[in-house]
Amino acid sequence: MQFTSEHDQFRKVVRAFVENEINPYVDQWEQDRIFPAHELFPKLAEIGAFGLEYDEKYGGQGADHSYTTVFMEELGYACDCAGVPMAIAVQSSMATPSLHNFGSEELKEKYLKPAMLGEQVCSVAVSEPDAGSDVSGIRTKAVRDGDDWIINGRKMWITNGSQADWICLLARTSDEGGFAGMSQIIIPTDAPGFEVTRTIEKMGNHSSDTTELVFEDVRVPIANTIGEPGRGFQQQMMQFQDERLVGAYMATMGAQRALERTIEYLQMREAFGKPLLANQYLQYNLAELIADVDMMITYNREAARRFTLGENVTREATIAKLKVGKLARKVADTVVQYHGGMGYAEENWPARYLRDARLISIGGGADEVMLRIISMLEGMDRRR
Amino acid sequence: MKIAVCVKQVPDTWAEKKLSDSDNTLDRASVEAVMNELDEYAVEEALLISEANDGEVVAVSMGPERAEETVRKALQMGADSGIHIHDESLKGSDALATSLVLAEVLKDRGFDLIIFGSESTDARMSVVPAMVAERLGRPQLTFANKVDVDGGTVKIQRLTDYGYDEVEGASPAVVSVVEKINEPRYPSFKGIMAAKKKPIETVALAESGIDAGQVGLGAAWSEVASAAPRPPKAAGVKIDDEGAGGSKIAEFLSEQKFI
Repeated sequence: MQFTSEHDQFRKVVRAFVENEINPYVDQWEQDRIFPAHELFPKLAEIGAFGLEYDEKYGGQGADHSYTTVFMEELGYACDCAGVPMAIAVQSSMATPSLHNFGSEELKEKYLKPAMLGEQVCSVAVSEPDAGSDVSGIRTKAVRDGDDWIINGRKMWITNGSQADWICLLARTSDEGGFAGMSQIIIPTDAPGFEVTRTIEKMGNHSSDTTELVFEDVRVPIANTIGEPGRGFQQQMMQFQDERLVGAYMATMGAQRALERTIEYLQMREAFGKPLLANQYLQYNLAELIADVDMMITYNREAARRFTLGENVTREATIAKLKVGKLARKVADTVVQYHGGMGYAEENWPARYLRDARLISIGGGADEVMLRIISMLEGMDRRR
Repeated sequence: MKIAVCVKQVPDTWAEKKLSDSDNTLDRASVEAVMNELDEYAVEEALLISEANDGEVVAVSMGPERAEETVRKALQMGADSGIHIHDESLKGSDALATSLVLAEVLKDRGFDLIIFGSESTDARMSVVPAMVAERLGRPQLTFANKVDVDGGTVKIQRLTDYGYDEVEGASPAVVSVVEKINEPRYPSFKGIMAAKKKPIETVALAESGIDAGQVGLGAAWSEVASAAPRPPKAAGVKIDDEGAGGSKIAEFLSEQKFI
């Protein structure tokens, strides 16, 4: 992927925005277990950060995925936590791609546009208490009643859930079972019968609210279906491509910054009469990780380039997400170790980084699901 | 209403700055260059006034080739066009020469208002706006915390140690702003794209009618003879209070001539 000077300029704007509008508040938001999306998102919309690759008609910027790449890389790099970038990515790249690509004009006008202008906050709801990575096991059901769906079920691990104005829901709309008969439906959160039953206390990503949702006879128009009824699974799988790509961009650059900060610290910190960094053992281990991050950046940007051209990058998105998840765990463990007690102390950044980085191998489809997809793409599941 | 906003490219505010070995001028090449922070407030104020008065904003910068980036940044924020005064002979110009060049370039272009940031983070003299006002023979409304344009009159609140003074003058006037005046906008994605197509006029010294001998390091009224890095901060004095702490502190303050 070739970045132009406009990409570089935009990167600088994102950096400045994060440093001024996000980082000074991160400690408070982590403590609060939520950040004020309705305050932050309009400001992000002002710099044109939402809908970079979406049509201008719906509040998008009319650019392409290369700018999303820059935005996500820089968020992942500059932000002092992973929770806020994750919540932003839900709005820009996880809850909205299907709506943009398959939604009706009316739906896009009513839901996509206000989200891209930062006026509304959205979530995507796929996982359930009994079905996470195995999407075919979801049970939330929408039953047709005249021109409406009547929805019943539960959703779990929903980022932005307690402050969302609408949700991109995946539900069963027929009894076919398995991957068939699912639909993506927009649910406004003020619909009667919708309830946020709890906010889940997590190990990391503290500044982002993660919730469990209950739908009890929630009635929404059939017209709220994104695309054709019955295409939900396929559409959600495509939406996962965006999710896994941007997750990989953010996590890779987060790992890069963690290594840079650790090197700075090791230069400053002295032990046995010289800076810790003078130890070749530390140098080489860091060099190995730097090399891994470098490979990851190159891989991500090649995936981004092909995605920008409109190619199917299921394989690349899967591999990128898998590999960065494992790499981030290794980087996090190393930076905490090399900071010693300082790394274990809650008042310093490595502790938060360790907790936050652990999510990458779990959220958006666990490592094991990524391996399963790769096996399937290789046809291994059909060989005996 | 036609507004000129003068912007300067400076070394990154937080970077460690050095003087070049050959002539003791600031080494601009070795650190990242950014728009002078206070000039961002000047651009924002120019844009706000322009938006309220259906005006036009022209960003003006004097500086080396890469200073065009700073003009471009003002365009990304929303200025309509730019002027980049660039000439090899300008290198090392002091405040007097800079004000001379700016005044000459600005004088016949029909500006109703000329806005500056109140100081640059590299030189920190705060004199160029006043000098430009003097050279143009226009009211000098500096250190503004608030600017109101009402027809042909420009009123400001001049920030002072005790609060503010109200100062007013007839347009065209020269205004400098302090950082309390507004919250500068970030360039937006669309702003960045739009700026690609906005015109920047490059002005060489000869076109401004100034002789090369009046500017540059050779014409500077002051000279940096030598420079040394600031010594690291020394540790403070620690007084253990064993009953006479108070008098020891008084003794210390008296030695330092505080009391």
